[in-house]
Amino acid sequence: MRNVVDTTPEGNMVLNVGPQHPSTHGVLHLFITVNGETILNLDPNIGYIHRSIEKMCESLSYRQFIYSTSRMDYLSAHMNNHGCALTVEKGLQVEVPERAEVIRIIISELTRLASHQLWWGSLAMDLGALSPFFYAFREREMITDIMEETCGARLTMNYIVPGGVMADIHPDFQRKVKEFIVQFKSKIGEYHELVTDNVIFQNRTKGIGILSKEDAISYGCTGPTARGSGLSCDIRKIYPYSAYKNIQFKEILETEGDSFARYMVRMREMEESVHIIEQLIDNIPEGEFQAKTKAVLKLPKGEFYTRLETARGELGVYIVSEGGTTPYRIKFRSPGFSNLSALNHMVKGHKIGDLVSVMGTLDLVIPDIDR
Amino acid sequence: MFSIENILNSFHEWLSSMLNQNMVMLLEMTLIAFFAITLFATLGLVLVYLERKVSAFIQIRKGPNRVGPFGIFQTTADTLKLIVKESFMPNSVDKFLYQLAPFIVMITAMLLLAPLPFARGVQIWNINIGVFYVTAVSSLSVIGILMAGWASNNKYSLLGAMRSGAQIVSYELSAGMAILSIIVLTGSLNLQDIIASQENGWWIFKGHIPAIVAFVIYIIAVTAETNRAPFDLAEAESELTGGFHTEYAGMRFALFFLAEYINIFIVCAIGATLFFGGWMPFHIGNWEAFNHVMDFIPSSIWFFGKTFFLIILIMWFRWTFPRLRVDQLLNLEWKYLLPISMLNLLVMTLIAIKGWHF
Repeated sequence: MRNVVDTTPEGNMVLNVGPQHPSTHGVLHLFITVNGETILNLDPNIGYIHRSIEKMCESLSYRQFIYSTSRMDYLSAHMNNHGCALTVEKGLQVEVPERAEVIRIIISELTRLASHQLWWGSLAMDLGALSPFFYAFREREMITDIMEETCGARLTMNYIVPGGVMADIHPDFQRKVKEFIVQFKSKIGEYHELVTDNVIFQNRTKGIGILSKEDAISYGCTGPTARGSGLSCDIRKIYPYSAYKNIQFKEILETEGDSFARYMVRMREMEESVHIIEQLIDNIPEGEFQAKTKAVLKLPKGEFYTRLETARGELGVYIVSEGGTTPYRIKFRSPGFSNLSALNHMVKGHKIGDLVSVMGTLDLVIPDIDR
Repeated sequence: MFSIENILNSFHEWLSSMLNQNMVMLLEMTLIAFFAITLFATLGLVLVYLERKVSAFIQIRKGPNRVGPFGIFQTTADTLKLIVKESFMPNSVDKFLYQLAPFIVMITAMLLLAPLPFARGVQIWNINIGVFYVTAVSSLSVIGILMAGWASNNKYSLLGAMRSGAQIVSYELSAGMAILSIIVLTGSLNLQDIIASQENGWWIFKGHIPAIVAFVIYIIAVTAETNRAPFDLAEAESELTGGFHTEYAGMRFALFFLAEYINIFIVCAIGATLFFGGWMPFHIGNWEAFNHVMDFIPSSIWFFGKTFFLIILIMWFRWTFPRLRVDQLLNLEWKYLLPISMLNLLVMTLIAIKGWHF
C-alpha cells in the first residue's frame, strides 16, 4: 500500500489515473506526477484484477486449464488457447491433423482482426472521436457472429484444445468468412479516411511516445508495439508454429517508434491477417479435426515452453510437469505486462492528452497484465 | 400579412387599451421572462434530442426510438430523471462556489437570449450594441466554469477548468475579430441593422472571400468557445473523466449541460445573423419575383432554419474529429487563427472603405 499524496515534495501534483478511468480500459491504476499538464513521472500500480490464474491452473487438468486462459487476454482468447494447446501437444508428442492446424490459424487471424478492430475503435475514442468505435464494431460484429457459430461464445471463447480443435467448423463458416473479407476490404479505406488521414489524429500521434529499438528490446516489448520501433519480433515469422511456415505473409515493420508507427503497424497487420485468411479459407484440407488423445492427459516429467504471437505480442506458456495429471507450475509470459513497463519511458515529458494516445497505441488489456 | 410581429403588436395594443402603462410593462416583462425560461428549457430538450439523432445517424445506429414516436420524449424523460435525482455534493467542496457555479453558467446563457432577433420585429431587447453585448456577456461563462473547477476540490476538475479558461479566453479573440469584420461592413452593432443591411444578399455572399474566411474562423472559434469537440478539452472524458463537472450530479450537472446547448444555439444564431442574414429571406439583387416568393416563407423559419443548419454543422464536427491536445489548441489559436483573422479584418476594412463589396 502506498500513502495517498496530493503533491510531491517538489510541489508537483500527483494525479491518480484509475483504477476507474475511462481511458485505462479496465482497472489499471497509474500514479502520474504532473507539472501543470506535463507528465514528469508515471508509476503503474497493477493487480486490481489479479485472479491468480497461474495458481488456479495448477489444480486443473491439462484439458481444463486452457479455459481459464481465455480470461487473461480476452481479446485474443483463441491465441491464448492455442499457446496452451501447443505446449501440451509438445509434451504429449501429438501430431495435430492438418485440417485442425489450418482451422486454428484462420480462427487466430480472425481473433487478431477482431482485437485490432476493437483497439482501433477505442483508440479513436480515447482521442475524442467517438464515431469510429461504431464503424469498427460493424465489421467486428461479423467476426463475433462467426465465432458464435463456431464455438458458441462471443467473448470468452474456447475452441482450440490439445490435439486439434473442439469441433468441426460450421457448414456456413467459409461462406461467412468470405463475406467478412469482402466487407472488410471495402471498409478499410473508410477507416483510413476517417482516422488515419485526419490532421488532428496525425498531430496527436506523430512524434509522441517515441520508443527506440534499443529501448523496445530492453523493456521486453513485443508485438506491434515493438514492431513499430523497427524490432523484428513476429513469432509467426521467426519461429513458425502450426501451419504458418507454409503461408505467404509479410512481417509489418515501421521504424519511427512513435504512436503513429504503432498505429500503422496494427492497421497494416489487419490487412495482412485478411491476406492470410484469404490463402487458407478455400484450402482447408479434409480429414480429422482432432487427433486421437487419451481421455486423461498426462505430460511426461519435464519443462515445456512455447511462444506464439497474440494480437498484443509474444505470449509464452511455460509448463513444469511432475508427470501427473495436473501441471506442477504454470507461468504465462504475457505481452501486456512488458509493454506497460515501457509506458513511463514513453510518456515522460509529454502532456496528459498524450498519455491517452500512447496508452491507446500500446493496446493494453488489463486482465492480461494482472492475470 | 400574418406574422408574429403583428400578433405581438396587436397583443400590446389590446393590453394597453385595458391597463395603464406600468401594468402593461410589468405584465409583458413577466411574460417575456416566462418565455425566455421556456425557450431555454425547450431548446435544451430539442438540441439534446437533435444531437443524439445526429450522432446516431453518423454512427450508423438508430438513436433514441423508444419513448414516444421516434423517441422525441427521450430527452424529457432524461430531464425528469435529472430533476428528481439527488443533487449529491461531496464533503470537501467549497459549498458556496460549488452551488453558485452552475447558475452563473446558466444565467449567462439566458442573458444571451435577450438580443437575438428570432423573427422580423421579434426581439426581447433591441439593444443598439447588440453584438458587443453578446461578446461581452458570453465571456462571463468562463467564470462559472473556473468556479466549478476550483470549488469541486478535484484535480481533474481543476485541470479541466484551467484548460477551459485558457481556451475560452484565447478563442474569444478570433471570434471577436471575425465578428468585427462583418461590423466594419455594416457600420452598426445593432443586430436589426445588421440584418437590414443584408436585404439584397447575405454577407457571406456579398463580402467576397474575406467574409467566407471570417465565417470559417467564427465557426472554429465558437466551437472552441462552447467547449465542443474537437475542442472539448475542458471535459475530455477520456483524459479528465468529466473535466470541470466531474463532481456535479443531478440537476446541477444538467444546468451545465443545458447551458452548453443553449450556448451552441446562441453562437449559431449570432453566426446566422451576421453571415446568413438572420431572419432575412434569401434575396438575390434585383430578382423581384424570386425575392417575393422567398418573402412568403415566414421570417422565423428562416432564422431557425439557418441556426439549425449551423448547429448541425457543429454537431457534425463533434462526431467526426478527434480531440486536440491542449498545446495544439493554443497553437492553433495564437499562431494561425489570430494572425489570419487580423489580416482578414484589415482586408475587410479595405473592402468596406473602397466599397468593393456588393
